[in-house]
Amino acid sequence: MTVEPRLADQNAAVALPEPFVRWFGEKGWSPRAHQIELLARAQAGQSVLLIAPTGAGKTLAGFLPSLTELAVRPKRKPGQAHRGIHTLYISPLKALAVDIERNLGKPVEEIGLPISIETRTGDTPSHKRQRQKLVPPDILLTTPEQLALLIAAPDARRFFEDLRYVVLDELHSLVTSKRGHLLALGLARLRNYVPDLQTIGLSATVAEPDELRRWLVSQNAPKGLAWPDMAGLITVAGGAKPDISVLDSRERVPWSGHSARYAIPEIYEAIKRHRTTILFVNTRSQAEMLFQELWRANEDSLPIALHHGSLDVGQRRRVEKAMGENALRAIVATSTLDLGIDWGDVDLVVHVGAPKGASRLAQRIGRANHRMDEPSKAILIPANRFEVLECRAALDANYLGAQDTPPLIKGALDVLSQHVLGVACGGPFDADLLFEEIRGAAPYAALERETFDRVIDFVATGGYALQNYERYARIRKTKDGLWRVSNPRVAQQYRLNVGTIVEMPELNVRYVRQGRGMAGRGGPVLGKIEEYFAETLRPGDNFLFAGKVLRFEGIRENECVVSNGAGANIIVPSYAGGKFPLSTYLADQVRGMLADPDRWQALPEQVADWLRIQKEKSVLPKRGDLLVETFPRGNRHYMVAYPFEGRLAHQTLGMLLTRRLERANARPLGFVATDYSLAVWALDDMAALFKAGQPSLGQLFDEDMLGDDLEAWLNDSWMLKRTFRNCAVIAGLIEKRFPGQEKSGRQVTVSADLIYDVLRSHEPDHILLQATRTDASAGLLDVSRLADMLSRVRGRIMHKHLEQISPLAVPVMLEIGKESVNGGANETLLMEAADLVEEAMGQGMVRAGKV
Amino acid sequence: MNFSLARTSLIADADMIGIAGERAVCDPRGVLYFPELKLLAVSDLHLEKGSSFARRGALIPPYDTGATLLRLQAVISDYQPSIVISLGDSFHDGGGAERMHASFRERLEALMAGRQWFWVAGNHDPEAPADLPGETVRELAIGSLLFRHEPSKVRVEGEIAGHLHPCARIVQRGRSVRRRCFAGDGGRMIMPAFGAYTGSLNVLDRAYAGLFRLETLMAYMLGSDRIFAISRPMLRPG
Repeated sequence: MTVEPRLADQNAAVALPEPFVRWFGEKGWSPRAHQIELLARAQAGQSVLLIAPTGAGKTLAGFLPSLTELAVRPKRKPGQAHRGIHTLYISPLKALAVDIERNLGKPVEEIGLPISIETRTGDTPSHKRQRQKLVPPDILLTTPEQLALLIAAPDARRFFEDLRYVVLDELHSLVTSKRGHLLALGLARLRNYVPDLQTIGLSATVAEPDELRRWLVSQNAPKGLAWPDMAGLITVAGGAKPDISVLDSRERVPWSGHSARYAIPEIYEAIKRHRTTILFVNTRSQAEMLFQELWRANEDSLPIALHHGSLDVGQRRRVEKAMGENALRAIVATSTLDLGIDWGDVDLVVHVGAPKGASRLAQRIGRANHRMDEPSKAILIPANRFEVLECRAALDANYLGAQDTPPLIKGALDVLSQHVLGVACGGPFDADLLFEEIRGAAPYAALERETFDRVIDFVATGGYALQNYERYARIRKTKDGLWRVSNPRVAQQYRLNVGTIVEMPELNVRYVRQGRGMAGRGGPVLGKIEEYFAETLRPGDNFLFAGKVLRFEGIRENECVVSNGAGANIIVPSYAGGKFPLSTYLADQVRGMLADPDRWQALPEQVADWLRIQKEKSVLPKRGDLLVETFPRGNRHYMVAYPFEGRLAHQTLGMLLTRRLERANARPLGFVATDYSLAVWALDDMAALFKAGQPSLGQLFDEDMLGDDLEAWLNDSWMLKRTFRNCAVIAGLIEKRFPGQEKSGRQVTVSADLIYDVLRSHEPDHILLQATRTDASAGLLDVSRLADMLSRVRGRIMHKHLEQISPLAVPVMLEIGKESVNGGANETLLMEAADLVEEAMGQGMVRAGKV
Repeated sequence: MNFSLARTSLIADADMIGIAGERAVCDPRGVLYFPELKLLAVSDLHLEKGSSFARRGALIPPYDTGATLLRLQAVISDYQPSIVISLGDSFHDGGGAERMHASFRERLEALMAGRQWFWVAGNHDPEAPADLPGETVRELAIGSLLFRHEPSKVRVEGEIAGHLHPCARIVQRGRSVRRRCFAGDGGRMIMPAFGAYTGSLNVLDRAYAGLFRLETLMAYMLGSDRIFAISRPMLRPG
C-alpha cells in the first residue's frame, strides 16, 4: 500500500505501548502513518519492505516492532541463561551502524527501555566480540561480512536461536552487488535456525519493488506452510518536490572533458549564498580537481572540505564530524557520501558532472534538507555539451519520478563457494538440505543442483578435472553423509578471507618533509592510491591527492613516499572503478531529446545552436535509430557512431568493431569511447567499404559479433584477468593480500594472472572461469546492454557520409589521445624503449635480437 | 619437420650475447642455449608448486607442472641440446618429485632420455629429486662458465645463476610494462624463472645489490617473439 507521509490516525496510534505514546507526546511529535502500519503488519507476523524517501523516519519505523516487543518482554531471572540476539540490523556501511547506534540509543534511553544495543564491525576489539558471544546484546548492529563470520562460528545456531527480526537498511544499495548475494545466503541460514524469522527491509525508491520483496523472504518455504513468496510493501509517497535547476552558464560550455572548470566562479557564488553545500562528483579524480579549483577561487577562505574513499580514515572522520557540527560551508564528495548518513543542515546540493542515472540523482539530492516536507534544492553543473542534454533529461526524470536502479543479477558462484565453506566451518552439513536452504535465497532461487554440486566439489578439492588434490581436501564427506571441514586451519583461513570486496593493490601515501627524499621517515599517511598509478610516476613528478599538490619521491615497500609539491604540470591520479555508465533510461531520454527540436527550448542557447548546426551539416537520428557518420580527416578515415549506451558498452563495441574492420582489411588504427558515442579511425576509406557492401554497415553491426569474436577477444583481455582475480579471492582460491605483505610476497605467492593463464589453457570450462566470464559480461563489458542495442538498431542504421567532421562528432574526437586503449600494444612500448637504447648507445653493441 | 635444424641455422651474430667470452642465444621463452657446447640452461622450474600450495590449503590449479613441461619440451625439441642444466629450484619443495603425477613423470623422463641432464641443487630442492635420472650437483663448471643456483656475493666472471627471478619494468608514454628478464653485465648472467607459477623480482631491488657492474647492466626483457634489451637508465623499480 502507498501512504501519504502524514501522521497516523489517533486510533491507530493505540497499537503503540503506553511509554512510546508518552515519549512521542513529550517530544511534541506523533507517529507517522507508515510507522504504525509497519508495526501492525510486523505484529501480525509479516515481513515488510518499507520504501520511503530520506527524512521520513525510516529507521525508527524499522525498529519499532523490535523496541515495542522488547519493552514488554519479561526480565531475565537471575541464574537464567543469557538470551540470544533479538534483532539484527545490517547496513552496508560501518559508519551507518555507528550512526544508528547513536540515533537509536537516544529514544531507548529517554523512554527508559531495558534494551542493550551494540555494534559489531571490523573495528570492534576482540575482547568485546568475545563478550558479545557470551552476553549477546538485544539489538546487534552490523555488516554483511560480520554476519558471514558469525554464521561460520561453531556456536552460531545458539547465538541466533532467539532471533526475531532482521532489519536491512539501504536495501536497494545492498542487493545489487555480491555483498547482497553473501547477505542473501546469510539470511537463508538464519531462516534455517529460526524458520519464522521476520525481515524488515528499508529502501529508497526502486524501479522494481517486487524484486526486493522476494529478496526479503524465503523463495523455497517448506511444503505445507502457506507463506507468501513476497514481503508486504509499504510505500511512502515522496515529500515536497525538489527544486532542481541546470546551470545556465554565462561562460561557454566546453565540447568535452569532465572538469567543469568553466563554472567554478558560478559554483563559488552559489556556495557563498547558501549555508552548507554538498558538491557531488562522479569520480575521485574529479573530486580532487574540483576541490583544488574551488580553493583557488576561495578568496573568503570559506571552510571547504574534501571527502572520498581513498583518503585516510582519520581524515574522513574529521570531515564527517565537522559536517555534523555545521562547521563547514561546503564539502566535495564522491559516492562515499551517497548513503543515508545524517549530515546536518545542508541547504544546497551541487552535482558537478552529469549524474548518469535518475535514481542516483534523486538519492543525492535527498541529502539536502533532511526534513522531507521541505523541498531540496539542487543545481546540476554539466561539464560538457552532451552532459547538458543528460542533465536536462535527468531533471525531467526526477520530476516524473522515473526510476532506473540497476536490475538484480543472479547469485554469483564465487560468493556461493565462500558461503558453502563458511557453513562447513560452522558445523557439518547435509548437501541436500543445504541446497534446499540456498534455493530459498532470492538470488539463488534458480540454482541448479548440478551447479551446486560443482561448487561443493570446488570447495572440497578445487573441482579440477585432473583429480590430484583428494588428499588435500578442505571439506570431506564423512560416513554419516555429512560434509565437514578436514582440519581447523581451514576455518582460520576462511575467517581471514571472508567478504566480497576485493581492493585493487594499493599503496599508502606517506608524507615526508621536502628535501629529505626517500630518506624521510615518519610523516603522516594521507590515504591510498592504486599501485598501477604510482608505478607510472617518476621521482619529481607532481600529482594531486587529498587536496594537495604532492611531489613523488619514490616507492618504498608498500608505501608511496611524497613531499610538498608545486609546479605547473600536475597529474591527477586516475582510479579504476567509480565510473558509472549512463543508465539505459537516461540514454533513451537523451536520444528522445535529440530527435525532438521542440524540446531544445529547455536547453541553453549555445547547446540548442550546436544541435541546429548539426541538423544542417549532418543529421540528427530518430529516437530508435543509430546514426553512423564517416568523414576523412588528415590522412585518416573516421567513423563515429552514436549509440548512447554508456562507456562500458561502447568500449566493448569498439573492440569488436575494430576486429571486424581488421578482417575487412580496412586497417583500423584505434578507437575511443565516451558515454554517448564512439569513434574508430582507419587507414582505409570505411565509407567506400560500406557502400560496396564489404561489409555493409548492417553486417558490421550485426549481433553475431557477440559470439566468437567476443569470446576470442575476451580470453586475452586484461579485464577478464582482473575479474578472475576478484572471483578467485572471493571463492577462496587465492588469499586476500594484506598491507605490507605485497612486495615481499611477490616471489612467494602465485599471482592470479599466472593462475588464470594456466587454468584457461588446461581447463577452460572450470567453474571459476565460468563465474569470471559471467561477471565480466555483466560488469566491465556491459554485454547485455550492447546486445539490446544491436538488436534494437537492426535495419535502423542511418549512414551519413560527410566531407568533414560534424558538430556532434567533436566531443568524442577531442577525447582521442587523452585516453589510451588497453590492447596488445605493450610490445610496441617495449620496442620503443629498446630502440631508444640503441639510438642512445649506438649500433654495434651486443644485443639480443630476433631468435 | 626437422625444426631444430631451421632453428640452429637461424642463429646469427645479432641474436647472440656474450658471457665471459662464450656465445649464447638468449631465447625469449626464458632459456639460454650455447650452440658451441650444445648446452641448454633453464632455471627455477618450480615443478609441483601447485600441489605444494594445495598441501597448505590453497587449491590452485594442478596444471602448472604440465604447463611448464610443455614449454620445456618446445625449447628442447627446437635446440636438441646434448646437455641440459636445470639451474636449481627445479621442484618447489623436496617432496615435489615424489608427488608428481605419473603422466608428468613420464613426460619428463622422455625429455631427459638421450641427453646429459644436470640438476643443480637449489634452496627449494637441496636433495636429488626422488627416482629421477640425471646427476645432482652443487655447481658445475664448463669452459669459462660456472653454473650455480644462487649468485655468489662476490663477482664471478662467467657465472650463470638463477634464484632471484629477475624481471624489469619500463614506463613508456605513461604506461608501465613489466616482464621477466635475463639480467647481465657481460660477465655474469642471472636467468629468469621458467616455471608457470613463478613470480619475479625487479632487477633494481636491493636483493641484487653488488651483483653487477652497473655501467654495463642490461635487462633482456622477454617479448612474445623476441628479446628487448633495455639498459639500466631506462629501468624503473617496483
